Amino acid sequence: MNDKHLANTTANKITRREALKLAGVGGIGLLLGATGVNSLLPSPPKNEQTSATPTGADEVIPFYGKHQSGIITPMQDFICMGAFDLTTTSLGDVRSLFQSWTQAAARMTAGKNVDEESDNALLPPVDTGEAMGLRPMKLTITFGLGASFFDERFGLASKRPAPLVDLPRFNSDEMRKEWSGGDIVVQVCANDPQVAFHALRNLARIARGKAVLHWLQEGFQRTSASDPTGSTPRNLMGFKDGTNNPQVNDPATANEVVWAHTAESPAWMAGGSYMVMRRIRMRIEVWDRSSLTDQENTFGRHRLTGAPLGKANEFDELELDRQDAKGKPVIPVDSHVALAHMEGKVKILRRGYSYSSGMDLKTGQLDAGLLFICFNRDPRKQFIPMQQKLASVDLLNEYITHVGSGLYACLPGASEGGYIGDTLF
Amino acid sequence: MIQKWSYPLAAVILGSSLLAACGNAQTQTEEKKPEATQPDKPAADQSATASTAPAASPELQASIDQYRKWVVDQTDQFVKATESFTTAVKAGDMEKAKKEYAPARAYFERIEPIAESLGDFDPWIDAREGDVPDNEWRGYHKLEKALWETKSVADQGKVADQLLQDVKQLRVKVESVEIDVPMLVTGAVELLNEVSTSKVTGEEERYSHNDLYDFAANVEGAHEIYKVLKPAVTAKDSALASEIEARFADLDKALAPYRKGDGYVLYTELKEDQVKKLSQSLDALAEPLSKMGKIVGG
Repeated sequence: MNDKHLANTTANKITRREALKLAGVGGIGLLLGATGVNSLLPSPPKNEQTSATPTGADEVIPFYGKHQSGIITPMQDFICMGAFDLTTTSLGDVRSLFQSWTQAAARMTAGKNVDEESDNALLPPVDTGEAMGLRPMKLTITFGLGASFFDERFGLASKRPAPLVDLPRFNSDEMRKEWSGGDIVVQVCANDPQVAFHALRNLARIARGKAVLHWLQEGFQRTSASDPTGSTPRNLMGFKDGTNNPQVNDPATANEVVWAHTAESPAWMAGGSYMVMRRIRMRIEVWDRSSLTDQENTFGRHRLTGAPLGKANEFDELELDRQDAKGKPVIPVDSHVALAHMEGKVKILRRGYSYSSGMDLKTGQLDAGLLFICFNRDPRKQFIPMQQKLASVDLLNEYITHVGSGLYACLPGASEGGYIGDTLF
Repeated sequence: MIQKWSYPLAAVILGSSLLAACGNAQTQTEEKKPEATQPDKPAADQSATASTAPAASPELQASIDQYRKWVVDQTDQFVKATESFTTAVKAGDMEKAKKEYAPARAYFERIEPIAESLGDFDPWIDAREGDVPDNEWRGYHKLEKALWETKSVADQGKVADQLLQDVKQLRVKVESVEIDVPMLVTGAVELLNEVSTSKVTGEEERYSHNDLYDFAANVEGAHEIYKVLKPAVTAKDSALASEIEARFADLDKALAPYRKGDGYVLYTELKEDQVKKLSQSLDALAEPLSKMGKIVGG
């Protein structure tokens, strides 16, 4: 059962020198969170295309640390995300669930089975087995708590963080309860969909009798193999998505944008962050028959290059006040990029994936879209005002519907010997 | 019954003989297929588990004997109930037959793993339409279809006679059934798996919608096994024993709202989220129950 682990020991040994070398040619941000070396390095130029192959796509991202991994960790290729509802009403059960989950998550992210197997053949195998012999593939497992966790059941109502509000209803939301909320969220990301599924499945198995799945959604983006340059991924509308993401490999930026502060959050959240999930269904068929002009005006960017309208390169500066010969803004004021820019004052860390859930049996159309995920320090000042603006006028709204939603307090990281949630429970 | 009988025997034989002409290596691997798709080969399975299991301790032997006595008693009652049910069918008394159908079947559902270990009783007594080739279909569900779907039992006399004969033969065989601890441990989980795969989805009683009777009976059968093994489980892992008991109680609570008179409401009366809750309560029980194997070995 250890062969998986053994197979990886060599792959995981990345020396400091290799780290520097990789980061030097990079822009992939490979090592963020993996070695800690990254913070010593200058931010790689974000618009530099490289010919590097996706080295290290199979490595280990350490589970323990001040922050949970999977937040400022550079995005892996796949996500398998689930929300759980607690069926137990005992805080002791919740504590032991998080202890078991922490132990299992630490093992699985290191590329090991969920636990040691027994030699009693009359017992079901401890691990479900589909990840046997597979490498760790940068697996990260991130735990968060929804607002409903802080109701009367566990006596923790007074501990509910102020930023963990009930999200308001935004214009044209069509929320469905089966895609929203949940007491606990578990975000599993990896560079292999089977490794990701295996992790969530085993966590769900451990939870049986204490918590049940409320929703589960898998997602993907282009893999590091099909785009070794690590350029900005495209969403299912064909546009580059995430160009303006804050550079969170700069600790000061991460601190400002992502990590909870005691100024607005309770002490138990120090080192944590708030995650927003939105299941955004795209009206794929409608989009596909829209003209290129409409599509580009909707995003405010050129489809091919990702450059702001009127510019040549993806990372060229966004000049929202630029006007054409007739005095009209080059980038429409109600385009997605113009609205989301928020005068450059409000930032969120986006970490979303595309999803495809087959077809809508009612309409025969594709059920696909964006599993939007973002992290922010205080959604009341970041996500919510941004989404309020987007929901009211964004041209994109013609082509999308928000059908699921959740806001979760992602717990601080745990140190070895501790467990995720030990600052709260 | 589970869908394991969906592999028609005739097709297997035909398949093998065709492949025999295609070269030895391939034939050998292909010929193993039918076995793999029919995991309930009773004789083979039983001897395999029996040979790897150490002889039961006196305490465990007492548990086995206690369980056997209960199985025999259930089968006795199954014969009686089937006798009354088939008599009603033959007399054309549809109302009486419909009333007795689900309670009679419950005896079988409680001891299903034992019946399955004794040969073809499960497909004879409990096959659903499509589980076996149409011309071999017999048993309770065939009468279920006549009672609820075609609404006539005029031509079902032979089916009723055959069913009673099968059930009586089961009673004879049960007397000498070999039961060992691995059988009990896996049997308890199998009973819950039955619920997961067909009862909780409403596929078992597709004409009468009496699925909750079977649901409850399967759970009762698993509970009976747990009860006889409880001292051994408690001795080995008392936390596991308390967990299992708490989950049985939770499941009982989850089923309670659907009890009606001596029986249960129709499956079709359940809402989607109610089905989900029952299914999740069942999974919550089956997970710790599957760890009862701890009582054997280190």
